[in-house]
Amino acid sequence: MITPRYHREIPQRHRLEAGKCKQCGHISFPPRLVCPKCKSKSFETVNLSREGKILTFTIIRVGPDKFSKETPYVVAIIELSEGRSANAGVRLTAQIADCDVDKVEIGDKVKLVFRKIQDEGKSGLHCYGYKAVII
Amino acid sequence: MKEVAVIGVGMTKFGELWQKSFRDIFVEAALKAIENSGVDHIDSMYIGTMSSGLFVGQEHIGAVMADYLGVTPIPATRVESACASGGAAFRQAYFEVASGHSEIILAGGVEKMTDGADVTEALATAADQEYEVYNGITFPGLYAMIATAHMHQYKTTREQLAHVAVKNHKNGSMNPNAQFSFPVTLEQVMKSTMVADPLRLLDCSPVSDGGAAAIVCSLDYAKKLKKPYVKVIASAQASDTIALHSRESLTALKCVSIAAEKAYKQAGLKPTDINFAEVHDCFTIAEIVVTEDLGFFEKGKGGAAAENGVTSIEGKIPVNTSGGLKSKGHPVGATGIAQIIECYEQLTGNSGERQVKNAKIGLAQNMGGSGASCIIHILEAI
Repeated sequence: MITPRYHREIPQRHRLEAGKCKQCGHISFPPRLVCPKCKSKSFETVNLSREGKILTFTIIRVGPDKFSKETPYVVAIIELSEGRSANAGVRLTAQIADCDVDKVEIGDKVKLVFRKIQDEGKSGLHCYGYKAVII
Repeated sequence: MKEVAVIGVGMTKFGELWQKSFRDIFVEAALKAIENSGVDHIDSMYIGTMSSGLFVGQEHIGAVMADYLGVTPIPATRVESACASGGAAFRQAYFEVASGHSEIILAGGVEKMTDGADVTEALATAADQEYEVYNGITFPGLYAMIATAHMHQYKTTREQLAHVAVKNHKNGSMNPNAQFSFPVTLEQVMKSTMVADPLRLLDCSPVSDGGAAAIVCSLDYAKKLKKPYVKVIASAQASDTIALHSRESLTALKCVSIAAEKAYKQAGLKPTDINFAEVHDCFTIAEIVVTEDLGFFEKGKGGAAAENGVTSIEGKIPVNTSGGLKSKGHPVGATGIAQIIECYEQLTGNSGERQVKNAKIGLAQNMGGSGASCIIHILEAI
């Protein structure tokens, strides 16, 4: 992870800041300059709730070198409780922490927690963000 | 728009080509295609390569390849659309000929993946670097999440995934250019190392080196050359969100269904008119989902189709007669062109043991990322 790139995403990774379209109400995470639903360019910043459920997942058994200490680990697509649009919540990809990897199931309720995600090389920044834990 | 033909093709064997460099792999494929077509020159060329910068530390591929193929000063352009780079290069060649701007174009693709780069990390750059890869997902992981969702929603079974690998290895065992030209059993697939649940090693396409090239020209020019040629009757492309999690459906690839709809419309065909297809089976689940989204099978029935032999060479709609990415190999940038090559060989009756009977219309579906881009071509025998 390169420092400026990491620094720029801190509002999203640390505080789950999203962009709510002032025209149609669609929530984009991360925030964007153009609303993917109505093409409006006007947003307000909102903080996502930290609760949601697992839509799908996998257990990474062969992972990248930087995640070798955690392997095997679960990565899931999580739908948060608030509405992204009429029929779907905001979705994101996150690791499921503190779990028995073989017991995770679609539909499990989770909450997002603040965790270290990776390190920038051997002597660089610790890079933080969100992981999910099953509740 | 002028009508467009493919007049000749050439490829290297796919595999771990330790003795051959990135540039020599491309040049070998390009020379074969030029010789095979009988053309005396090319007007320009497009080269698909996904990540030469990460794999071999080389960019500016158009110039490198024009130089080493000995065709400077013709225009030469590198085209990138992740794993669909080859299909994208072919589509640029198609447009340049269709527009009437040029007569003969070389559309090529090449990748050198075994020179020591971190392949998992390089391939992951085709996903959302900040919001997927940062959190630890890998490419097998993305397709594994599609598989988990598909198995949950449609009751697709683990065995059905394995049947795709078994079929494609059987086809690849008859392809002299395939990286893994040997069959595998259902049991071998089911017992292979788990990579990202539920996908095992033998559900995944390999890390490969290889090059492929096709000579694209106007139909009028092809007629004059008196060599076997096939007609390109559709070229279509679509995009989707870079992150899998942003899509409405996790079990369907919208870029595939939209590109397919456009391609069928351009060709005036229905899915049932297609005699065989080369599809982007980077993972076994991808072939199942793609064959559904191309309209060959009802949604959720792709797994059963693979299991019941509907997609075998003798089946109703043979899929990946070349062995697919799974067995033939997946040198990323070359894959889209290699699919065109299989279509060309099937349609000109040169597929030997793999020949599909009465092959008149073939479809090539090339896909980038977890389905963020898709390029489809339909080719017809003359």
